[in-house]
Amino acid sequence: MSPTHTVHPVVMPLCPGDQKQETSSTRMTATNGQTTLSIRDLHVSVDDTEILRGVTLEVAAGQVHALMGPNGSGKSTLANALMGHPAYEITAGQVHFKGQDVLELETDERARLGMFLAFQYPAEIPGVRVASFLRMALNARRENEISVMEFRRLLLDKMQMLRMDPKFASRYLNDGFSGGEKKRNEILQLAVLEPELAILDETDSGLDIDALRIVSDGVNRLRGANLGVLVITHYQRLLNYIEPDRVHVLIDGRVVESGGKELAERLEAEGYERYGAAAASEDA
Amino acid sequence: MAIKDIDQVGLDTYKFGFHDDIQPVYTSPKGLSEDVVREISRQKDEPAWMLDFRLEALREFERKAMPTWGADLSRIDFDDIHYYIRPQDRQARSWDDVPEDIKSTFDKLGIPEAERKFLAGVGAQYDSEVVYHSIRDDLEEQGVIFLDMDSGLREHEDVVREYFGTVIPNGDNKFAALNSAVWSGGSFVYVPEGVRVEIPLQAYFRINAENMGQFERTLIIVEPGAYVHYVEGCTAPVYATDSLHSAVVEIIVKEGGRCRYTTIQNWSTDVFNLVTKRAVAYRDATMEWVDGNLGSKVTMKYPAVYLMEPGAHGEVLSIAFAGEDQHQDAGAKMVHAAPDTSSLITSKSISRKGGRTAYRGYVQVMPEAERCRSNVECDALLIDDRSRSDTYPYMDIEESDVAIQHEATVSKVSDQQLFYLMSRGLTQEQAMAMVVSGFIEPIVKELPMEYAVEMNRLIELQMEGSIG
Repeated sequence: MSPTHTVHPVVMPLCPGDQKQETSSTRMTATNGQTTLSIRDLHVSVDDTEILRGVTLEVAAGQVHALMGPNGSGKSTLANALMGHPAYEITAGQVHFKGQDVLELETDERARLGMFLAFQYPAEIPGVRVASFLRMALNARRENEISVMEFRRLLLDKMQMLRMDPKFASRYLNDGFSGGEKKRNEILQLAVLEPELAILDETDSGLDIDALRIVSDGVNRLRGANLGVLVITHYQRLLNYIEPDRVHVLIDGRVVESGGKELAERLEAEGYERYGAAAASEDA
Repeated sequence: MAIKDIDQVGLDTYKFGFHDDIQPVYTSPKGLSEDVVREISRQKDEPAWMLDFRLEALREFERKAMPTWGADLSRIDFDDIHYYIRPQDRQARSWDDVPEDIKSTFDKLGIPEAERKFLAGVGAQYDSEVVYHSIRDDLEEQGVIFLDMDSGLREHEDVVREYFGTVIPNGDNKFAALNSAVWSGGSFVYVPEGVRVEIPLQAYFRINAENMGQFERTLIIVEPGAYVHYVEGCTAPVYATDSLHSAVVEIIVKEGGRCRYTTIQNWSTDVFNLVTKRAVAYRDATMEWVDGNLGSKVTMKYPAVYLMEPGAHGEVLSIAFAGEDQHQDAGAKMVHAAPDTSSLITSKSISRKGGRTAYRGYVQVMPEAERCRSNVECDALLIDDRSRSDTYPYMDIEESDVAIQHEATVSKVSDQQLFYLMSRGLTQEQAMAMVVSGFIEPIVKELPMEYAVEMNRLIELQMEGSIG
């Protein structure tokens, strides 16, 4: 099958204000669904080094977008910046989620608004049980606290879906978890918290093929009209299981190409070399 | 920035800063003298030997210099303290007899009435005297004695005289000497041979008069094969000037017996908390100290177990929390005086806002105490860069055939942990409280359930602070 794709280098003008606003609304009307996440010309620095150099991306509710790129292209930076990690400094650009200016919000406010990040390297919290943490997190986004019994039912249900041992719930959060267990735990949280936007940061790394299947299966069951998904991955492998509506290629802090799922297949076959020597060497 | 400045999180806001207007019947004048000691003994109508014990202790107190190690104690003014205070003339034996304003104080502490019914006996030290004390009938039938120390002395003078001051002599250290001179209240517990007390014996303590010292004295005797779990917890009202709490706890655990002593202390941040706790454990006996120090200005406390005969086992599990202007110098002392004895020390400390914690431990193995095992683990959690934690693990090993381990860690609450928890919707305060709760979980899970709940609630309350 001959893949079709469009190449449009996204180099947005650096001037702020009305002009971009208009560009954006034009783009919004072009998409079918209601726009959940809208990133415009996002520039992010870490330790005064610019990593993202103008990223523009939109994820509509109900859609799955894949963001692919070689190591060092800025994929995880985007994930962390979207969630408000303090080490990532936004130097320019805008991020809106459900019409709200996300950059004005604290990390926990973004979470309660419906954003979720499945971490590449989840933090270990010794002494805190998975179940008590998840119940507190769920209550943080509810008006009325869920009853202990109701929560227990919900948790066991979701754990069954992800084929997890019920004992898992009473383990300490990520403490001594294997890489695969950590990733599965991230998806468990996604399932329980039911956000409207899920950013999956390299969720496939460190997973064997069985775990990958189970995790992907879990994500697919959660797909629906209310959930927008941004899958960040280096490899196309995950996209065999979680089929994206759109694929974006991130090179050197910019989205250089967007297309359908066939773009991912082409990348798998050809690698990132075509986007330049810098990207290729980082990939090596 | 998603992570707020750490100082905005009011970790150590004191929640129980209230006091009722109680009129004490007798309050000694400020300051310490032979006359004050004689008057205390006269008020209590004590036997002559106890007065002698007190007077000898007073001389020891005056002779001994202030300790120069540990925390700064220079701000204690011994002349500016009431050494005896008594809120009412007689003791209440049932809950109905407890005065209403005292009940209301307990209500504010959040001790539900229903919970009290489950308690085997409640000895509530309100000011210097125990005002309420009850023992469930089945305990009395088992021959278990659970009284305040003053009543214990009156009703069981022979037993008290046999053991009082044998574990901690009246000249042991300056503050034990002070306590021995002016002690009042505390608990007297006697568990006869083979009796297992299934429900924890609980006592609640409270200081409630400005500049008033609290010098309770507790003596617990566990006869062979017996078991008891004694629990004390305190909160104290906030006062502007310094207060002094100097208790002495002596415990004797005989062959095959087991005693667990749990303390949760939340003194207000103006209290000097200088406590001497020591137990002796005989053949195959087990002594466990579980110790939580949340409040106070200065705490110096090193629960000790003397392992006197083969098979004896000692444990100390402790949590210390130091906030602004607080110094928690806490630890443990294990003396292996016989072969085949074992000890375990687990210490967790949390420091923030310039607070200072120290683990000060002493493990001694005497000559010919072969095949002893001792394991020391102390973990410190620093919440910001201004805070401090020190470890002073002293070891004095005079026998080569032993297994001694010491492990110390210092960790910080990482931005990564906070970010992770906040990315799930927890506020920064909740996230911080969760990391701290997790850190102390290995000890909290050893507490009786209602205390574990209270402990976690206390941590959460203290994290809430000024941010709405």
